[in-house]
Amino acid sequence: MPDQYRVAIVGSGPAGLSAAARAAALGMSHILLEKTDHLSDTIYKYQKGKHVMATPSNLVLRSDIDFDAGKREFILDTWDTQIADNKVNVRLNSEVTAISGETGSFQIELKDGETIQAEAVVMAIGTQGNPNKLRCPGADLPLIQYQLDDPGEYFDEHITVVGSGDAGIENALGLAADPAQRNVVTILNRRADFARAKAANVALLEEAEKDGRISVRRETSPAEVRENELVLETRDGQETIKCDRIIARTGSQPPRGFVEGCGIEFTGEDRGAFPKLSPSFETTQSGIHVIGALAGYPLIKHCMNQGYDVIEFLNGNQELKPADEPILADKFAALPGNRSVDEWLEIFRNNITILRELSPLQMRELMLDSDVAAFSAGEIIFVRNDPGSSMFAIAEGSVLVEVNPDDPSVTVPIEQGSIFGEVGLISGRRRGSTIRAAEPVVTLELTRNAALKLLATVPSANRAVNQITIERQLLQMFGAGLTSQDVAELVQSAETVEVRAGQNVIEEGGDDKDIYVIQQGSMIVEKSLGGKPIFLSYLPAGSYFGEMAVIDHSKRTATVKAAIKSEVVKFPGEAFTRLLDRNPKLRERAKADMASRRKVNSFVEERKESFSSAVDMYSETAKFLIDNGIGEATDVLLIDETLCVGCDNCEKACADSHEGLSRLDREAGRTYAHIHVPTSCRHCEHPHCMADCPPNAIKRGPDGEVFIDDTCIGCGNCQRNCPYGVIRMDPKPPKKPSLFSWLLFGAGPGPGEASYSWRKTTAEKRGLEQAKLAIKCDMCAGIEGGPACVRACPTGAAIRVAPEKFLTFTKLAEDVD
Amino acid sequence: MASTPRDSSKVDFAFAEKRRDTDHESFLSHARMRWLKVSSAICLIVIVSYFLVDVEPRHNGGSWYGYTLGTIGAGLIVWLSLLGIRKRNITDGRWSLKAWTSAHVYLGLALIVVGTMHTGFQLGWNVHTLAWALMMLVIVSGIYGISVYAALPRSLSTNRREMTRGQMIEALAAIDRQLEAAAQPLGRSESDAVIAALDQDVFKAGLLARLTGSYPRCATARALRAFPEGSLNKAEQKVASLLSRRKSQLSQIRRQMRYKALLQVWLYIHIPATIALIAALLAHVISVFYYW
Repeated sequence: MPDQYRVAIVGSGPAGLSAAARAAALGMSHILLEKTDHLSDTIYKYQKGKHVMATPSNLVLRSDIDFDAGKREFILDTWDTQIADNKVNVRLNSEVTAISGETGSFQIELKDGETIQAEAVVMAIGTQGNPNKLRCPGADLPLIQYQLDDPGEYFDEHITVVGSGDAGIENALGLAADPAQRNVVTILNRRADFARAKAANVALLEEAEKDGRISVRRETSPAEVRENELVLETRDGQETIKCDRIIARTGSQPPRGFVEGCGIEFTGEDRGAFPKLSPSFETTQSGIHVIGALAGYPLIKHCMNQGYDVIEFLNGNQELKPADEPILADKFAALPGNRSVDEWLEIFRNNITILRELSPLQMRELMLDSDVAAFSAGEIIFVRNDPGSSMFAIAEGSVLVEVNPDDPSVTVPIEQGSIFGEVGLISGRRRGSTIRAAEPVVTLELTRNAALKLLATVPSANRAVNQITIERQLLQMFGAGLTSQDVAELVQSAETVEVRAGQNVIEEGGDDKDIYVIQQGSMIVEKSLGGKPIFLSYLPAGSYFGEMAVIDHSKRTATVKAAIKSEVVKFPGEAFTRLLDRNPKLRERAKADMASRRKVNSFVEERKESFSSAVDMYSETAKFLIDNGIGEATDVLLIDETLCVGCDNCEKACADSHEGLSRLDREAGRTYAHIHVPTSCRHCEHPHCMADCPPNAIKRGPDGEVFIDDTCIGCGNCQRNCPYGVIRMDPKPPKKPSLFSWLLFGAGPGPGEASYSWRKTTAEKRGLEQAKLAIKCDMCAGIEGGPACVRACPTGAAIRVAPEKFLTFTKLAEDVD
Repeated sequence: MASTPRDSSKVDFAFAEKRRDTDHESFLSHARMRWLKVSSAICLIVIVSYFLVDVEPRHNGGSWYGYTLGTIGAGLIVWLSLLGIRKRNITDGRWSLKAWTSAHVYLGLALIVVGTMHTGFQLGWNVHTLAWALMMLVIVSGIYGISVYAALPRSLSTNRREMTRGQMIEALAAIDRQLEAAAQPLGRSESDAVIAALDQDVFKAGLLARLTGSYPRCATARALRAFPEGSLNKAEQKVASLLSRRKSQLSQIRRQMRYKALLQVWLYIHIPATIALIAALLAHVISVFYYW
């Protein structure tokens, strides 16, 4: 063992392995440090037999070890063999506790007390972090485990799950699922309620508790762990229970603290921030490099390429082009001017205001997730009412916004360097106006994920986009005739406020005079009648409210509260009054809007007198729908149970129009006043499923549908993130015999989703091996006629609705026969 | 890609909006009762023309008028029977099964007039009348179907109380597990009653029981009678309360089974009778032409 290595690589995931293999191939003195007793722990922890995907398929793999899509076991075996063959210097069971020193001499302290010396460090520790340990005596005993791979492998045990999140609840439910295992399962929750978990999981847990399958102990925490015993700290004092195994699911410590402890700066305070990196992956602490998921690249291929690259850079290779070069070259090929990738990157960075602060590495990453396009003068870039959540930036040329839907000749220009389409990104709603090229234009279209990442990591870009958004939203709301100068005062005094679901923004009877614009999320308007809150209306993102009190100096006439977590922009009422004073036309418009709102209010109030029960029912139904996620939906399937005969033809149609798997569960879900919200995608304005998709496979399609494309790697993040439980993970089933061979000869399983056993045995018989991938409703995009569930309903019970249309008195109070 | 200019998008958007607006209507009132109007018009024309057209010696299936009605009727029967295929064949296109059902119901009812006027009220014991009788059987079973489709969904929904079929069965299984544990300290005769209740297959019920929802040989109800109130110790009380929970869970499942059975039973007449009708119709048409 040399006194000092040229490079120490921390973490043996795909990135670390690839880096170590490169170092070994170059004959560079190196050491690969791994915390656990095996290589590549993240993939090691995947479920047995899981099919691992290799996306993006157009990215070339550049590494000394092989990787292709396949079973977990095969991939791990390949790596183990190749790492041994390449004579990589691996040190297992070596958790790094601190890194100190500087370029040329780093001291890496290990948990076992040893210190390793290295000239440079490559950190490839991923984002998993370390699980939080129990904070009580006995926390090191072997009966505690931090993961549960297969709940089916434990029998006749007293098992205690610690943790009240989804992971803990799911583990507890899994352990108690099969009574034949005869496990005695207990779950501990420090608090009285399970606020952090999904409602569906909590409901299942409560049911299991009622059935006596799981003992749920609230306001209880572990006090001491002993051999086969657990001492509990309960509200009424200590208690000891029998315990053979403890599953601790109390979250994990993200690696950020450790990384910052090594002197490395991040791009921001945000949870989504990454370490600041140079083009050669060097951090702000010179000599320490960060690659892989921790650097913001969660896909295996990216990680492996970076491992190779970082060692090449360390070895003095300055000429190396990143592996994504051909992808970018391909992207830019469509643009005029015949420029190189680097030239284009510079043009985009210099010309587009919000990109000026980006590093070349960040530019490349942004480009991978974005599209570039050239338009000739007069060509339309997007059309009003198109769904779209991407944001555009103008690299060269300028565009025109058609501000008046009835007259395309009325336009407002947007100059080179600026952005457009940001309203769709921020509010999640359809495009507000048609945009066309004023002259030959080169645009950069940032996908929702790329744009959100940019805003989260570059504060100046965030401020700029926010200001532009507020200004444009004001101009769009109040119609043509206003200019940026008119609203400048309002924009200056605007304040963005975050509101929790259920929080009041305006209270009935209040004296405040501010006016608000909903930037993200949605609001409900309520009025107290006879002591009861009555639902008046639903306001989607892009609406404004609070103007009545400003215009006629009255007290607030109704309460406005957030239907879901929202963001509103607050403007002082005086500034708005001055704007109205200067623009008599706008005053007319505002008065007209106000009159129509008054009409709805008085209509409901009037009905309250004569049809009190109808109004109550309407109000309750609206609240029920909002509680069930309709407030953030864009298009949702409802079942009118006064018409539903339970034939499940909707599910069958869904399966038959989508490769044989149904994306909806009609029977499951909540019901109120015979309106049933089945388990089916609501196509949220800001889809929870999109939040953490490594290959960015979840997108919003041309008809507003949220869909998963074929780059899905089957990681299951979206399934876990969806609060409505509408995403399932299943392999694509084998093709069924045709309908007529079933009708005439009884061949195959018939219409609808085939049973699990038929799918499994037929796939085995035909030798089809398919990965389990995420599937969800895509609103039958690309199928003529629209959603099959609705078309195939024989009685008219299945309807798809847009919330702003459906949450009205006329729709909810009407009787269908 | 959102940046591609799309001329059709406005049309698509308008179509989606229109679809959402017209969705919420039952099959009976679909498109403002379009098919009721069409079907009433057909009936009216047939009835009026029946009395206006003078056929010698009297109305019968063999006159030009009879042939016309017969052709219309046969065409209708064939088209109506295609609903079963439409329902299962999920193809692309702007069709709606609700519109098909609506047309099926109202045109099917019009067949009473068309078919009967076609006979000229000449009924007898022959294959021709067999076809008419089968047609009437299909229609009568269909009328029953319409009435349960209109009346029962509400009850089905109310009874379900947001539970799925699987959850109901699981709830019962959970009660059973608790019962088994709670019954351990009981005496011989009481535990026999509980065992009998647990052993009885809940889903083995005859057609009559399913349709009426009455289960006179229910072992759970019988077991409950073995625990008369007032004279129970603590263990027995617990078992008794579990038994009554089991009974109410059972009755939810049984009501569910009853409503589903009522909603489906007519199809066991409607569909086989339709197949028989098509066979009889074929025989009727062939024999008419054979003996022409």
